[in-house]
Amino acid sequence: MQQIRVQKLKSFFTLLGVMIGVTFLIAVVSIVGGMSRYMTDTLVGKIMAVNSFELRHRPNINLGEHDEGYWRELWRRPRIRETDAEPVIASLPDGVRWAVIGNDNLVVESKYVAKPQQVQTYTVTEDYFAIKRMEPAQGRLLSPQEYERGMPVIVIGEDVAKYFFPSLDPVNRQVTIRGIPYTVVGVMEKQGSAFGVSFDKFIIAPHKSALNRYVNAHGVIDAIMFQTQSREGLQTAMESVRQVMRARHGLRPNQKDNFSLETSDSALEFWNKIKSYLVMAGVALPAIGLVVGAIVIMNIMLVAVAERTREIGIRKALGARRKDIMSQFLVESAMLSTLGAALGIITGFAFAQVIAAVTPLPAAVELWSVLVGISIGAGVGIVAGVYPASRASLLDPIAALRQE
Amino acid sequence: MINETVEAPLGMTAERQAVVTEVGAAPPKDWIIVTRGIKREYDMGGEIVRALRGVDIAIMRNEYVAIMGPSGSGKSTLMNVIGCLDTPNAGEYWLNGKEVSRMTDDELARVRNKEIGFVFQTFNLLPRATALHNVELPLVYAGVAADERKRRAKEALARVQLETRMDHRPNELSGGQRQRVAIARALVNNPSILLADEPTGNLDSTTSEEIMKVFESLANQGQTVIMVTHEQDIAAHARRVVVLRDGLVASDDRRSSFVEKIGLAG
Repeated sequence: MQQIRVQKLKSFFTLLGVMIGVTFLIAVVSIVGGMSRYMTDTLVGKIMAVNSFELRHRPNINLGEHDEGYWRELWRRPRIRETDAEPVIASLPDGVRWAVIGNDNLVVESKYVAKPQQVQTYTVTEDYFAIKRMEPAQGRLLSPQEYERGMPVIVIGEDVAKYFFPSLDPVNRQVTIRGIPYTVVGVMEKQGSAFGVSFDKFIIAPHKSALNRYVNAHGVIDAIMFQTQSREGLQTAMESVRQVMRARHGLRPNQKDNFSLETSDSALEFWNKIKSYLVMAGVALPAIGLVVGAIVIMNIMLVAVAERTREIGIRKALGARRKDIMSQFLVESAMLSTLGAALGIITGFAFAQVIAAVTPLPAAVELWSVLVGISIGAGVGIVAGVYPASRASLLDPIAALRQE
Repeated sequence: MINETVEAPLGMTAERQAVVTEVGAAPPKDWIIVTRGIKREYDMGGEIVRALRGVDIAIMRNEYVAIMGPSGSGKSTLMNVIGCLDTPNAGEYWLNGKEVSRMTDDELARVRNKEIGFVFQTFNLLPRATALHNVELPLVYAGVAADERKRRAKEALARVQLETRMDHRPNELSGGQRQRVAIARALVNNPSILLADEPTGNLDSTTSEEIMKVFESLANQGQTVIMVTHEQDIAAHARRVVVLRDGLVASDDRRSSFVEKIGLAG
């Protein structure tokens, strides 16, 4: 320990390898952790509401590699129809919320901007906003009468408001879709973005409005969204929807479902796959730094043993056993390395924060990574110190005392 | 050609002779050091160097003994063996009733820690540690608790009149003070023997006298002291002088006859 204090600069360079290794580890863990949190809390919550699932004819998210047969089967599937909605909904246990959704990318115009733009357009039923927990920032939500009568009214996302109504209040102004004007009654709260993709580019109209004609062929819907009150209710609700749909599609027991029930878990599965690759990279990279760090520490400790041969001789003459000398050098080596790890943790977090600030990648401090970093530091130090320490412990005290 | 047979050296008393010849038997209680025909050979690049060729020494508790001899006489080797830093190739060495000549390195370390207090020519203090910490060191390896360690180290420093300098590092102390720190360190574990290797070799004559006075007073207090030196006037402070020559004991006598022989007064 004295040695560390006395030779600050040398010690610092010694620590560099371990420090860089741990820096990478902490940075990667923070970013992956931040993304993970972001994925589960924010992103998936935006794509998929809490405790919700969707009935679709094809899955929205396709994971991994599939053969041609898989895709062909998907293309053969029948669409979900308006007529499916009623029996499915009738089968649901009490307390399950639902919303019918139609969706397409449509060209939208307004008289305030010259250039029309494609916008994701949704036609939904009343509970959609409650399930998605979306609130208007300006104006209001669609009213029950507007749903009932299919009035030409819409709520829009912030990006849509900015594009079509530059420096204007969009409420009570109009956009035109396929020649039909729709009046904006509300602008929704900002939903944010992920990886550069905005969640604020949407137009939502009542399902019964004229817009639905352009979104889907007559009688066809894209999805029915369901939300249960608890996670436990999710399975029951999914099972009853499945049974009704299987009956309606006339499936025999040995036939597979020709429709999809997607939960937020299926969206997360995708993320978990990416995450495992990221974690692998996040382990391989620091490992290189740590190996280099271990070699440097081993060298420094060998030099220390050579420089302090006489001290070792004195200690042995005074009664130090092999394990006393061994542990002295191991502790020193572990201290050195742990110090490096501690510095690495600090720079790692700083690094993660900088990355979070300048890129869309989020970062989150994970407490366990601090503990892992410290233990790795100590571990590397001990591993690197074993050889020098055992050399020190095996020194002949007479020869060691003779050393100048 | 040197005579290989081991004869009783000059001045060997019958009592000592009896102790050293009973091979394999534990010596009587008060004989703190008994060596029986110890031999130590080194292989120096194919050439066998016979540093000790059968040394018989018997030292009682409370004796103050100087081991003398010219360079190459084997006195350093003998000191290493007596100090349990080295083991003989042949013969037995009994220290405080235990045969240490066949012990492993770690057992020897324990013996050194418990039984032997070293004082070296070059002091051998840890340069970055304070006097107090240097003195504490043997207690660290004896597993003594920290506050007890401090207390005993301070006591030992007081015995050599250095209690006021205990927070100083070796480079802030004079040679004589450094050697007194080393003596305090040697005494802190209450060892059976104080083993000094040329304790005044790096000191001027005034300081040497000062250190010799410390040894004298320790011997008077009943501490067994063994001192290896090649200086006759230093050896003359001891009450018994063993002279080595060519790896054998040449003479082993009371101080008075040694002083007489070398013609030193007092």
